[in-house]
Amino acid sequence: MLGLGVDRLQADINRLLTSLFHQGVLDEQFLQLQQLQDETSPTFVYDVINIYFDESEKLLRSLRLLLMDREFSDYKKIGLHLNQLVGSSSSIGARRVRNVCVAFRSASELNNRPGCLRGLEVVEHEYHYLKNMMHELFQLEQQRLLAAGVRYPM
Amino acid sequence: MAGEVPNLEASKLTALVVDDNFVNQSVHHKLLDRLGIKNDVVSNGQEAVDVHCSGRNYDLILMDMDMPIMNGIQATRRLREMGIESKIAGVTTRAEEEEVKEFMEAGLNDFQEKPLTISKLVSILHNLEFYVQT
Repeated sequence: MLGLGVDRLQADINRLLTSLFHQGVLDEQFLQLQQLQDETSPTFVYDVINIYFDESEKLLRSLRLLLMDREFSDYKKIGLHLNQLVGSSSSIGARRVRNVCVAFRSASELNNRPGCLRGLEVVEHEYHYLKNMMHELFQLEQQRLLAAGVRYPM
Repeated sequence: MAGEVPNLEASKLTALVVDDNFVNQSVHHKLLDRLGIKNDVVSNGQEAVDVHCSGRNYDLILMDMDMPIMNGIQATRRLREMGIESKIAGVTTRAEEEEVKEFMEAGLNDFQEKPLTISKLVSILHNLEFYVQT
């Protein structure tokens, strides 16, 4: 009974990941992160993704503040923030977030303020979708570990 | 995958990760760890220069291009001027030909486009003759 719980949860995890890969939300770089997780760093994926969330939210807040300023003209700063987001998104395999950041960066290179505002909305939307999916994934992982722990008591 | 990853611990190689992005720092540090390469991490080109001024030396430097205070091009140039002969591999998301050319001309030995993976890192090590692929 408990074993079925672990199996069911693992199936749910696999289904969620397959869906995220199929949608293009994640790419093979996420698999690289999973492969780096080992007994010396058993929560590596969780830790790196949370660093990504912290960094990204600061950058997104800063981007919004810059663009909301009526006097705004510092497109170079927008570009620097977006370089950071492109880099970290590609490092964790967040393909869709990375791609919309690249599109946003193109608008900033043309000093296109309406394009930047649209770009920011799209990036925020994709980022929050990714974050929700990662939270769902981590919850399932946690439930699976708990279920496995109950099945194999120490 | 585990069977294909070389363990270079016996070679006692050392590396320095130079990147201002915390996600990349974590991933690059772990990639090097997985290959058995002891490594330190700094957040910009100035810190890379400072750590060398303090007497540390590394076999390999993974140098990001876009960083505050001192970027990768400036840091690479400065390290070469200081006589640092470590192998320096540029790693960046920017892969436009002119930018790569400028980065290479600053004194790089190799260049890889991010994101870094085990196989890209092994490729760097092979290109820089730290590791012979069989």
